[in-house]
Amino acid sequence: MARIDLDHIRHAYSPNATKPEDFALKEVHHTFEDGGAYALLGPSGCGKTTLLNIISGLLHPSHGKLLFNGRDVTNLSTQERNIAQVFQFPVIYDTMTVYDNLAFPLRNRGVPESEVDRKVREIIKMIDLESWAKRRARGLTADQKQKISLGRGLVRSDVNAILFDEPLTVIDPHMKWVLRSQLKQLHRQFGYTMVYVTHDQTEALTFADRVVVMYDGQIVQIGTPAELFEKPSHTFVGYFIGSPGMNVLPVTVEGTRAKLGGQIIELPGAPAADGQGQVELGIRPEYVRVGSEGIPVQIRKVEDIGRHKVVRAAIEGKEIAAILTEDEELPANPHVRFDPAGINLYANSWRVNVAETGRRA
Amino acid sequence: MEKTWNNRAWFMVLPVLVLVAFSAVIPLMTVVNYSVQDTFGNNEFFWAGSEWFQEMLTSARFWEAFWRNLAFSGIILAIEIPLGIFIALNMPKSGWGVPVCLVLMALPLLIPWNVVGTIWQVFGRIDIGLLGYGLNAFGLDYNYVNDPIDAWATVVIMDVWHWTSLVVLLCYAGLVSIPDAYYQAAKIDGASRWAVFRYIQLPKMNRVLLIAVLLRFMDSFMIYTEPFVVTGGGPGNSTTFLSIDLVKMAIGQFDLGPAAAMSIIYFLIILLLSWVFYTVMTNYDAE
Amino acid sequence: MLELRNVTKAVGGVDHIRDVSLQLEHGSLNVLLGPTLSGKTSLMRLMAGLDRPTSGSVWFDGKDVTGVRVQDRNVAMVYQQFINYPAMTVYENIASPLRVAGEDKAKIDREVHRAAELLKLTPYLNRTPLNLSGGQQQRTALARAIVKNARLVLLDEPLANLDYKLREELRAELPKIFSETGAIFVYATTEPHEALLLGGNTATLSEGRITQFGPTISVFRKPLNLTTARTFADPPLNMIALDKEGTDFVLEGGVRLPVPQELAGIPDANYTIAFQPHHLSLHKPHKQAVSVKAKVLVTEITGSESFVHLSFADARWVMLAHGVLSFEPDEMVDVYIDPRHIMVFDGHGNAVGAKPRKAA
Repeated sequence: MARIDLDHIRHAYSPNATKPEDFALKEVHHTFEDGGAYALLGPSGCGKTTLLNIISGLLHPSHGKLLFNGRDVTNLSTQERNIAQVFQFPVIYDTMTVYDNLAFPLRNRGVPESEVDRKVREIIKMIDLESWAKRRARGLTADQKQKISLGRGLVRSDVNAILFDEPLTVIDPHMKWVLRSQLKQLHRQFGYTMVYVTHDQTEALTFADRVVVMYDGQIVQIGTPAELFEKPSHTFVGYFIGSPGMNVLPVTVEGTRAKLGGQIIELPGAPAADGQGQVELGIRPEYVRVGSEGIPVQIRKVEDIGRHKVVRAAIEGKEIAAILTEDEELPANPHVRFDPAGINLYANSWRVNVAETGRRA
Repeated sequence: MEKTWNNRAWFMVLPVLVLVAFSAVIPLMTVVNYSVQDTFGNNEFFWAGSEWFQEMLTSARFWEAFWRNLAFSGIILAIEIPLGIFIALNMPKSGWGVPVCLVLMALPLLIPWNVVGTIWQVFGRIDIGLLGYGLNAFGLDYNYVNDPIDAWATVVIMDVWHWTSLVVLLCYAGLVSIPDAYYQAAKIDGASRWAVFRYIQLPKMNRVLLIAVLLRFMDSFMIYTEPFVVTGGGPGNSTTFLSIDLVKMAIGQFDLGPAAAMSIIYFLIILLLSWVFYTVMTNYDAE
Repeated sequence: MLELRNVTKAVGGVDHIRDVSLQLEHGSLNVLLGPTLSGKTSLMRLMAGLDRPTSGSVWFDGKDVTGVRVQDRNVAMVYQQFINYPAMTVYENIASPLRVAGEDKAKIDREVHRAAELLKLTPYLNRTPLNLSGGQQQRTALARAIVKNARLVLLDEPLANLDYKLREELRAELPKIFSETGAIFVYATTEPHEALLLGGNTATLSEGRITQFGPTISVFRKPLNLTTARTFADPPLNMIALDKEGTDFVLEGGVRLPVPQELAGIPDANYTIAFQPHHLSLHKPHKQAVSVKAKVLVTEITGSESFVHLSFADARWVMLAHGVLSFEPDEMVDVYIDPRHIMVFDGHGNAVGAKPRKAA
């Protein structure tokens, strides 16, 4: 296991890139701690897979250095870096049995056969393919194949890091739950350094101790799932995490009050800096309370999605989403209140600190 | 998988059926007709039954040509398949090298059979041919007109030159269809160059290789034009393959009956061997 | 109305679709929900006329269309892969079904612009699909399906290859777009969450059979059998087998869970009870709720909530709780089961107390 330092890494796919927009990965300077579980989260084209391939050595960064435990590995090959990687679509060796597929990375490195057998049996049990061990891998379904790919990533105990590139894309929802919690248990058990690339917030948040949110080739925020949820440092993070995403409303701020159209919203405190430029108030639907008091809203639609209801409404002409619990009903004359604990302020899309005077809920 | 069903579709196929009937079925039936009769000219035919077939199957000349032909097919397959795979593996996968290689590979395939024969016939001559003259100049006693071994070598090399490209192109098509992720995964699994070939590239080329082997086998077993042009079946009978023998018999000696019987046997042999190849290879594939 | 009557489809001796009967109304959105290989695509192919059923018949507006070719049926289909003509502009892509139909130029132009407006493609009409994002490519495919003005639109996991957030946006728009055309929409998905967000009706599929069909939210809340309940649960449903004794269900460790009022009359026997992860809680939600001791396996945090994976007796459960919780692995916790929210299934997996219906 290793600590991974990304030292001012940049990458462009074309050799003569000069402008910032030529770079698929604009400057990334960050450390993945030894034994940490990280997720790289962002929409397609944000550079997350590029970053992952730079760590694994499948790509050579155009600028910057990569260090494993302080040792410069930028110019080392994938083999020499000793990492495991699981890809989005299943990669299996068709002609081999399930057992041999899992044994392959170990045998290539000359691990003694008794040790190979022990590890393979352990993994094959974990991915629940014991009864298929002697079968040829080619006849399996896509999710079984992907389980083999995952297994091959996990079979080696001496790797510096295990990298996952959207590994659960082809897996059915039910199986996702099982595999994800198994990954998490494995992480706890063996303390692997794991980096997990995904566009799915649920996967990222549930898997990782710390989530790296990327957008347009840059890291926008690094934080624990709770931090990303409660204090998104950029409106993009607010939008991208949570479903529905954070409500972002244009306001003007005076002291500890925000004005939204003709309505006054009490803030938990005064913003640290005076709102320069465009000021917005962000509040997640989970913190918007629907009741008979507060600011009047026009209800557009209520979506009953089982365990809760999503209320789509208009407030001062702006779209807003709120969450009602399963047992709550919409009042006859609906109003909303904003829970101060969930209010964030943004100037030019970046979060500004609010001196908290109020009591946290 | 079942798609759409519409009986009108059969009308569309009708012209082809008619064409096939004229070009294949009717000539084939004529041959069958000849094979069971005897003639002394004047369009008079006498029933001969299985006589010609018996004669053929017991004739030493036929079996010599048969074994010669089988050996030839074996040799060229043993050279062309591995060589084709090797070249395909070493062809560039991207960049300007790809079209250049593809054109170079396609060139021999564009040349008509008899021209290929003529090229090598001239190329190998010891008086004016670059190859023949050159080899002799280096002190090698090469003469395909007199020496059966030299004649064989010339025919084999000519076929390899002409047809390896086909194997290369088929294998190349199989290789480029392998997603990049496989190579990346292999790197990560620490696979050696050999392991990548054995477990990724070869399995993915399986199907095209089956086609390549079948095509090359059938083609080489029916080879006629090139050896006819270069060696004319000689020296002696050393390069007289089944097809050359057949033509000698049918046109040279005008033994229509035996020739017809021979063509049918010949046809059945190719059919049988191709079927054996196909089943063996697909069974291996499905196992 | 599209009607399937006892449709069965076997391929090579294996039944892909088993005795499916289904009636879909015009203007309705119908979700086919089931895991991979449960028969969603096979069923859609039968509806479209791409395959012919082995037995049974397909009716459209009262006419038997079982043998009618797909070309003659006025069907549109959108796939998981973004299928467009790569060499044509977005405009030409959308216009293609109209050109095939031989519509006049003015009408084509009007229709293309209307569809492009609906799917927010107007700025991209002159680009080719390969220069668009995945979301825009799929919007193009959807626009093509819309201008075709088909009476039956089949969408086979159309959002599966898109990013989570794009999926969310497009999913919110789809029902709106659909309702305007009045066609029958069929939407296949593996994700229960997606079915709930789309609303409409849902048919749950398992091993080629339809296990239940009805309004989405009622199928979710009142599944008629255990298979439906399990298919329609993400996170997985919590289940446990137990005995009923008098007025109580007896759980492992002698904990007694009162039988819900409306089920008081059921005989004493072995049952399976099931409940959703958010109906398992750390705090007593109701005076009738009972607590059991469960062992923590893993805790997953989603920001505002935590999924706590638990083991209780032989069962693996998931609890969805508010807030960021941290438990030590193997810690024992008291969790509450609320009898108001349990589903009860008999030994055959049929819901107890549900109206008896012909087993689907």
